[in-house]
Amino acid sequence: MTMATPEMTARRRRARAGWLLSTPALVLLLCGAAGPLLVVLVFSFLTKGGYGGVELPFTAEAWFRIFFQRDIFDGTVSAADAHIQIFWRSVWLSLATTLITFVLGLPTAWFIATRPARTRTLWLFLITIPFWTNLLIRTFAIMEVIRNEGLLNSALLGLGLIDQPLQILFTDTATLIGMAYVYLPLMVLPLYAAIDRFDMRLLEAGHDLYASRWALLRRVILPIIRPGLVAGCILVFIPALGAYVVPRVLGGGKNMMVGNFIELQFGQARNWPLGAALSMMLLLVVMAALLVYVRAMAQEGRDD
Amino acid sequence: MTEIRVAAPATPARAPAAPRRRPFSAASLPGFTAVALLSFAALYLPILTLVVFSFNASPSMSDWGGFSLHWYRDAWENDAVQEATVRSLVLATLAATIATAVATLAALGTTRQGHFRGRTAIYAFINQPLMVPEIVTAVALLIVFGVVRAATGYQGLGYLVLAHSAFCVPFAYLPIRARLEGLDRRLELAAADLYATPLQAFRRITLPLLAPGIVAGFMLAFVISLDDVVITEFVKSAGQDTLATYMLGQFRRTLTPEVNAISTVLLAFTLVLLAGVFLVTRKRA
Repeated sequence: MTMATPEMTARRRRARAGWLLSTPALVLLLCGAAGPLLVVLVFSFLTKGGYGGVELPFTAEAWFRIFFQRDIFDGTVSAADAHIQIFWRSVWLSLATTLITFVLGLPTAWFIATRPARTRTLWLFLITIPFWTNLLIRTFAIMEVIRNEGLLNSALLGLGLIDQPLQILFTDTATLIGMAYVYLPLMVLPLYAAIDRFDMRLLEAGHDLYASRWALLRRVILPIIRPGLVAGCILVFIPALGAYVVPRVLGGGKNMMVGNFIELQFGQARNWPLGAALSMMLLLVVMAALLVYVRAMAQEGRDD
Repeated sequence: MTEIRVAAPATPARAPAAPRRRPFSAASLPGFTAVALLSFAALYLPILTLVVFSFNASPSMSDWGGFSLHWYRDAWENDAVQEATVRSLVLATLAATIATAVATLAALGTTRQGHFRGRTAIYAFINQPLMVPEIVTAVALLIVFGVVRAATGYQGLGYLVLAHSAFCVPFAYLPIRARLEGLDRRLELAAADLYATPLQAFRRITLPLLAPGIVAGFMLAFVISLDDVVITEFVKSAGQDTLATYMLGQFRRTLTPEVNAISTVLLAFTLVLLAGVFLVTRKRA
């Protein structure tokens, strides 16, 4: 025991140094990001104030109101259809975005990974630029393309494919196009990372053993890129679910997603507890998705 | 067995030992290249259109009326844009500086002290802003800063600086940590053997080697702060527009190519910073 003591004190000192050096970052994050989340949790259990804000007593009313509504006259409880419609829109638009980005992203990542080393960096850089470009600018750019007088409608009218401009802007389709556009790089980058590690000779081997192209995709490619696929889906699905800017600019006022609905509670609707409860629910769903991801990755580690 | 046609390989094929019946190239899976090129076109066409129309002489965003720089002049002379630009730059500089400073310390704490209890927890906590939806953080800060505002009466830029520095931390932390993990520890041990004090070893050996990571972290944090819309929109006091929230406000009005001009300048600025990150982080051959 006595032999281990200097070693143990050294370890303890290093652990203390590690914590001390990390403290400023942790304090900053506690004040500017994580701490306030706890306040939201408390607010979600308070009563709505008359002019915004919250009042005592504590109640679970806001959480109840997420899914149900009470008739003001006879107090009967029914499902809050308007809310459920917004959740449903958020979920299906996010799933559809994930699917579209995957269908476009897999070939794109594959293409980049199979370029010769010299040009690969350039293609990769071309994917990284939109990733770091202001989200608002990209949303604005896609809005210019899909609006009634925009590039898409002008082209379709010019080709004589349509007589009247298609009303895409301020619909769910616009939100979907916009989200697929802004989140595509988030799918491509992890897929690329997975494909880049892949030994292409495995494909040649499979091919030599008479596997069809479909069988190669399903039995060789997909299992190997699965970590990248899971990471890409999570990286697209999570921000899509909490999207605020894209549905606000492209979807218009009527086609709200959860993010816009939360904002409404703190603005015109003046129902802070409901807004707080909705935020916490969104956070729970995101955490659940991340948990699925972590477990999938742990599974991956065991398989190796 | 389905008949498979094979395109000419784009990469030089490894010389086959025996003649193959069907040579195979991973670089030319059918349709993959076409979809990939389509994706690149789809990514860049809208942005290029936006840039081109910032030089349009006519106020239309779809009919070309000749080349002109007058939307740039309009934006330059617009007081609201000027004010928002200065605010954005001041905010991004302050937030990126604070975030980089605390992230550097945290990176040293989590990579240079061996494995200790709670290291994974610190790591998760630092990356927390990447996991929580922005709208949720925005609402949380709106509530908390609202209480602080009411209690202290302070309306300044401090709220935005605090919020921005916080969500910039992971973006500054990741490149610095990556750089530290790639550093050869033996250099520091050699310095210690040569009787350098820990502080001397840090200043003369670790810090210069770490510098590219710190510069990259600062620039990424700067870009992230400059780009932020959601948290800024919820946290700012009245009249505290940044360029991003100013543009968001413009979308509710009739748009003119002035917005294109502002976007193009921001885009150019981001590109310069990214090129900078690329240059300082690339491995010297």
